[in-house]
Amino acid sequence: MNFSKIYALGLRHIYLISNSLPRIIDLIYWPTVQIFLWGFISKFFTLSSDYYSNTVGIILTAAILYDFLFRVSISFNMMFLEEIWSRNFTNLFIAPIRISEIITSLTLTAILRALIGLVPAAILAIPLFGVSVFKLGLPLLFLLLPLYLFGVTLGLLVTSGLLRFGPSFENIAWASLFFLAPLGCIYYPIEILPYSLQILAKGLPLVHIFEEMRNILLNNTVNYFDIIKSISISIVYFILGVIIFYSSYLGAKQRGTLINMGE
Amino acid sequence: MFIQVKNLSKVFKKNLAVDKINFHIEKNKTVGLLGPNGCGKTTSIGMMLGLIEPSEGEIIIDNKNLVSFKRDDILARINFCSPYIELPKKLTVKQNLEVYGRLYGVKNLSERILEISEDLDIKNFFKRKTGELSSGQKNRVSLAKSLINKPEILLLDEPTASLDPDIGDFVRSYIQEYRAKNQVTILLASHNMNEVERLCDSIIMMKKGKIIDRGTCNEIIKKHGRNNLEETFLKLARSRDELQ
Repeated sequence: MNFSKIYALGLRHIYLISNSLPRIIDLIYWPTVQIFLWGFISKFFTLSSDYYSNTVGIILTAAILYDFLFRVSISFNMMFLEEIWSRNFTNLFIAPIRISEIITSLTLTAILRALIGLVPAAILAIPLFGVSVFKLGLPLLFLLLPLYLFGVTLGLLVTSGLLRFGPSFENIAWASLFFLAPLGCIYYPIEILPYSLQILAKGLPLVHIFEEMRNILLNNTVNYFDIIKSISISIVYFILGVIIFYSSYLGAKQRGTLINMGE
Repeated sequence: MFIQVKNLSKVFKKNLAVDKINFHIEKNKTVGLLGPNGCGKTTSIGMMLGLIEPSEGEIIIDNKNLVSFKRDDILARINFCSPYIELPKKLTVKQNLEVYGRLYGVKNLSERILEISEDLDIKNFFKRKTGELSSGQKNRVSLAKSLINKPEILLLDEPTASLDPDIGDFVRSYIQEYRAKNQVTILLASHNMNEVERLCDSIIMMKKGKIIDRGTCNEIIKKHGRNNLEETFLKLARSRDELQ
């Protein structure tokens, strides 16, 4: 693994962001809109629901965490799509870089892009709604870690689809997270789901992450077993994502699609 | 032999794109790869770049098998230029060269970028975004990227396609000059027969995935009783019988 090359791949995307004010605004805009939207929704619940009267910020905290997952995944996909859109794909894949270096670079740059958007939004939520995601304390990092891994995994699966099916898979990139959101139990407890879906949902790290977030905010206790479970599940999915990515790459080499990707 | 291609084939589903081709290129020679559209030139180049997995056969570069040897070690010594692929449009010329210089592990990168930029006369639009450049300017930037690592092997796919005669001539002259000053082995795929005659030491003619003839330009022109390479190309491309 050559970190200088990983840095070079990241640099390409940092330049892309820093060269364009609209891109920076776009990165900040959506998380901020989410904060506003969910801030008002949770305010409404606070005023009109007994359940939420003692848990101001649960929904907003969930929205911030979910947005982190969303940003990581979309950033990963976007950076890959940028190479296809700019017809730079061939140049990249004939450079002396390993696939592991490409994955590492996309993974590291994705968090940078996600944080550019998320940090201002999370800070903005403090004066506007009196909600600070940072109140979760150190466990916040343990919740963000599996979210990050799972976001990258979703990115790997979508980019594998792009390698396998070409740019026509692009629409799936945008829709990928919405498929999982209902099963993720982001804004409601798992008991809301029908029993059969609960079994499916427990196979995703999201349920364990958001259940634990609610547990911390409601009961002020941390269940490290749930946190370890969510991290473990995320690692399994991540490894699976890497295997699928490699397999798609080898398949693309067999089909010869790497040479004309984007045309 | 610096580059050896042995029994190389590629089948896409049931379509035989390249059919057991064999050729070699000696170090510091320029070989032209000619043939009508769809004859297997791009697929062959794709296999040499490690972008396409051969169905059969071997590509040996400096005694190292491209398939079994660590791909990044060989690719660090190769580069490729084609008007059909582009550099990121939103990055400036300098940023693109910096990114690719780093990817190729170029030492003294700033100096190398300056050197190649002066040679190719691209310094005056260094800070402009690549997407804003004219075809001729983009072409020179693309060539600069392909030479950033001082490659030992340079694969060129129609390097002067869509360029006006003046810039086309500039690029051809530059390649000639570069080859004279540097140790570089070139495989040039082109449909411009004047360009091939001017740049290549020998040529390989492909048709329907097979090599149908090879030799120096003069040898092939003489063999087929034509006046120039253009006429010879037309004869071979239109002939029903494949010659070898």
